[in-house]
Formats: sequence, structure tokens, C-alpha cells
Amino acid sequence: MNLNELTIKAARIKLDKGEIGAQDLTRACLLAIEEKNKELNACLLVSQREAMLEAKAADKRLVAGEKGGLLGIPYLCKDNLMTKGLKTTAASKMLVDYIASYDATAIAQLKKAGAILLGKTNLDEFAHGASTETSAFGVTKNPHDLSRVAGGSSGGSAAAVAANLCLFALGSDTGGSIRQPASFCGVIGFKPSYGLVSRFGLLSMTSSTDVIGPLTKTVADAKTVLDFLSGGDQRDATSVSYNYVAEMKKALPRVSPRLAKTATEKDLKKSIKGLKIGLPQEYFATDLAPDIKKVIDEKIKMLKDQGAQLVDISLPYSKYGISAYYIITPCEISSNLARFDGIGWGNVQVKTNSLQDFYQVNRGLGFGDETKRRIMLGTYALSAGYYDAYYKKAQAVRTLIIADFNQAFSKVDFILTPTSPHAAFKIGEQNNDPLTMYLEDVFVTGASLAGLPAISVPAGEVPVSDDKNMPVGLQLLAPRFFDKELFYLAQKVVK
Amino acid sequence: MKLKTEEIKHIAKLARLQLSEAEIEKYQKELSSILDYIATLKKVDTEKIDPTAQIGELRDVLRTDEVFSWDKKEIEEALNNSEREKGGIKVKRVL
Repeated sequence: MNLNELTIKAARIKLDKGEIGAQDLTRACLLAIEEKNKELNACLLVSQREAMLEAKAADKRLVAGEKGGLLGIPYLCKDNLMTKGLKTTAASKMLVDYIASYDATAIAQLKKAGAILLGKTNLDEFAHGASTETSAFGVTKNPHDLSRVAGGSSGGSAAAVAANLCLFALGSDTGGSIRQPASFCGVIGFKPSYGLVSRFGLLSMTSSTDVIGPLTKTVADAKTVLDFLSGGDQRDATSVSYNYVAEMKKALPRVSPRLAKTATEKDLKKSIKGLKIGLPQEYFATDLAPDIKKVIDEKIKMLKDQGAQLVDISLPYSKYGISAYYIITPCEISSNLARFDGIGWGNVQVKTNSLQDFYQVNRGLGFGDETKRRIMLGTYALSAGYYDAYYKKAQAVRTLIIADFNQAFSKVDFILTPTSPHAAFKIGEQNNDPLTMYLEDVFVTGASLAGLPAISVPAGEVPVSDDKNMPVGLQLLAPRFFDKELFYLAQKVVK
Repeated sequence: MKLKTEEIKHIAKLARLQLSEAEIEKYQKELSSILDYIATLKKVDTEKIDPTAQIGELRDVLRTDEVFSWDKKEIEEALNNSEREKGGIKVKRVL
């Protein structure tokens, strides 16, 4: 086995025993990137020199006797996170030459832990999309089949983990952007509770749902990375401290007496006997592809065999999820992307006569097709006379969607759904109609709108042609801040 | 719902986006069909429902307004993301 193929846990043991060094691991990953990135287009930037310097520093710490955590572990991060001194493009022409002048809190925390940044991964432009096809720098290809998409918007991160270009990757999830590509590429994708991870230094898209999370090879690795990302940060007013999380959890009694107790983690690790897991009927409706259903059913049986109780539940407002999401998201985008005015950064340097023209030309040329579409949609929905009919309406429906989940979580401890209605589709197959692409998010927007933790784990494979199978994921959801408990359940599914 | 060409032009102006004629035509079609889909929200009775703008219960989160000092190189690197002239950032005339 090559070193780049290791999980964090396996590499940790080797590093701590002194069998390998951080520089060996880093070199193995850089070599894999060099070999495979040309065909995958998963990485937009490889910071080879900086990575080797960081690896050298990590080796020094290891030699000095420091152990554990993420020290010496190489990773990649989505190119919408600020990395000091490195290009941060959001896969947009608008930021093609932008060099971040500071580190995102998530990056700074990983740096402090001694993790090694290898480079930046491809995404849909400004994370607007579900296939990485809207990237200004070309589509990312799925390592399982190069004619198919890797999903999106964190497609580069998912493909990189699947192809062992790194030990883990960071992504961002606004309405499924970590979970859906994880499902398409057959890796773990974890979306933390809203507020658990600081977004300082994440390019703002939909501020009311944006989260940063890990894509990994195992559930245990995702948990390890999350430990280094979470905790309050004064520079993100929506981020919360561990104390706050503990208070909130106490205030929300769980259904199973075992989960109601505070000391559940050890207990859960041992067994999931008696835990109640909800299956939303709306997600398992008759139009769910039989192949996907079969794969999910096998996992459901696996949970039953381990003593979990599977319960039918209803989320009646989930059918309005996409509509609400595709009002709220464009509205927040139209506001958040107003800062790209061609001054200060993102200047495409055109000669114009007036300031108004300067803005219009720069933004017209700098933004790609989907980004402009979303800005237009959001501007329309927020404009005079339409605000109540669209934005306020969508926000009220969001309240009902959250109430649905609250109701469900008064009956069950967790919820299980498919991650995506199908396996990875062919490049170019779905990008003619924007609405088709929006419907990709059907199973994943709910957790985003309600701020819940959710994880996609590989469930199995489905046939996509006579001689080809592709991975699909299943999604598990927990009440807000029950992120750790979710990991323990997820481990029982992949086992 | 069909958006008129004039409406698309008006939205583009509000959004400070210069669009080509082809883009105007395309967005007219696409935005109309997206809005048709989204219209399903009208079926939901939300008269007595409060809107949710943000998840969570945090209110009025405050912190000290501290200045983090940067060295000269860091300041120059940050400014260099824009067009420079005589040590400053060059912008268009406003008046």
C-alpha cells in the first residue's frame, strides 16, 4: 500500500512509531497528485514548496516527541477557503489572481495542529452547483469513471479523497455540497451542525446555511478532523463554544433513554441497540430508483440486525425544500456577492467611462453563467414588490421545514435517507437546464435549512451501464449539535 | 410566470451585471421556469408562521474591536490584489 492511500488513523500510528515521517507522507501525496491530477482536475493549485516546508516542521515536532492529532497529516482544501499567501479563486474568473492575505480559522486551526496543506481543490464557481461543471477552470472528473462528474460543489475535494491524492480534504456545504459529491465518489462527507465550525475566511455564499466540514476515507477520520475544526471563534459571530453545545444538548432531551444521558459516547460506540432511526416516507416515495432503494434497504437491515429500531416518519414539508432553498440561497448570494465590484480585488481591468459601467462590465465578465443566474434570481426575489411573495414566504416555509424535523426528533433519535436520487451522472448530461441541477439537492437541502448535522457514508454500488457500477451514499441526520453521536451511528452502518 | 425582457434588464441593472442580448434571452427563459417551479410555495399556508432568517438562538454577539497589526509586507501583499498607483489603490472617479 502506498502511503497516500493510508487513512488518518493508520498514518497516525506509523508517524507516532517513527516508521514514517511527515515528509514521506507528503511526498507520496504530491506524487499521486502529479500522476493523477491531469486527468481528474481535482486540484486547482498544488503548493508543493510550502507543503514540504510544513512537512519538515512537522517532522521536527514529531522527533521532539509530539504525538497524536493531525500532526504531519497532509490534506487538501476547497478553493473557497482563505489560505494566506496562496491563490484563493473560488473557481471564478473574478478571483483568478486573488492571493488571500489571511488564513481562514479552519485553516489556521489545522496549521496549528501541524496538518500539511497540499493545495486547493476545484469547486463549482463560488460553490454554486452540484457537479463542479460551473468551475471557470474545467470540470472535475470522477475517479470511478472519468466520463462522469464528481458531484459538487466540493467535487474536487471528494475526487481527491477518492483517488488518494491526500489523507483528507475540507469542503463546504451550503445545501449538500459536501454530502452529494461524497456520495458520487464513494467517500465520507460530513456536514457539521450550523455554528459548530467557524466560517471566518470561508467565501460567503448563503450565510444562513454555510458550513465547513471534512471529506475523509473513514468515519473515524471525519470525527478526528472535526475535533480540530470546532469550538467557538470570536471572528464568526454564529460560531458556538463547546460549553454552549453542551447546554443546548441538555436542553433537548432525546427519545431513547440512552441518548438522553450525557455520557452516551462510550456506550454508543459499543452498541446501537434500542436506538430509534426514522425513515421519512417522503424520501422513500415510489419514484426512488429501485437500485438505490435496494442498496439502502441492505443497510437498513444491517442496522436492524444490530438492534436498532427503524420507524416510519413523515416530513410533510420536505417537498417544498428545494423551492425554499432556491429562493433563500440566491437572495443571500445576491447580497454576499455584491462585494465583488472590481475594486480592491477581482479587477478584470477594463476601460470604462463611469463607475456604474465599471461595476457592470467587471461583474458581467468576471462572473460565470450560474453565478449570474443566482444573482439575478436573488435580486429579483428581493426587489421592491416581490420581497414578501418570495423571500419572506421561503423563510416562513423554512420555519415549517424546521418544525417537521423537530417533530420527527421527538419520535426518533436519528433519520436515515438516501444522499442522492442517483449515482454520478455523465459530464454534460444535466447542465442544459438549471432546474434539473437544482433538483439534485432534493434529499440534502433539509438538513441545511434546519442547521442539522448530516453525514453521507458509502452505502454500496449501483449499475449505471451493462458493465459499470458507481458508488452511492446514504445520509444520516441527527438533532442539532448531536454531531458526535451521529459518527457512532455512521460507524455502525459502514461496518 | 413569464418575465418580460424589460424586467430582466431592470434586474440586471439592479444587480450591476452587464448582460449580452443572448444572456438576456436565456435568463428570461430560465428564470421564468425556475419561478414557475418555486411557485409551489404558494400552496403553503404561512399566514401565522414567523419567518426564519437564521438558525440558532444567539443574539447580539459582541467582541472587543481589536486591531491585529500586520507588517509592511503583509499590508503590501493585501493591497496588491488591486490596481495600484503611488502606494494607494486606484479606483474610478466617483463624481
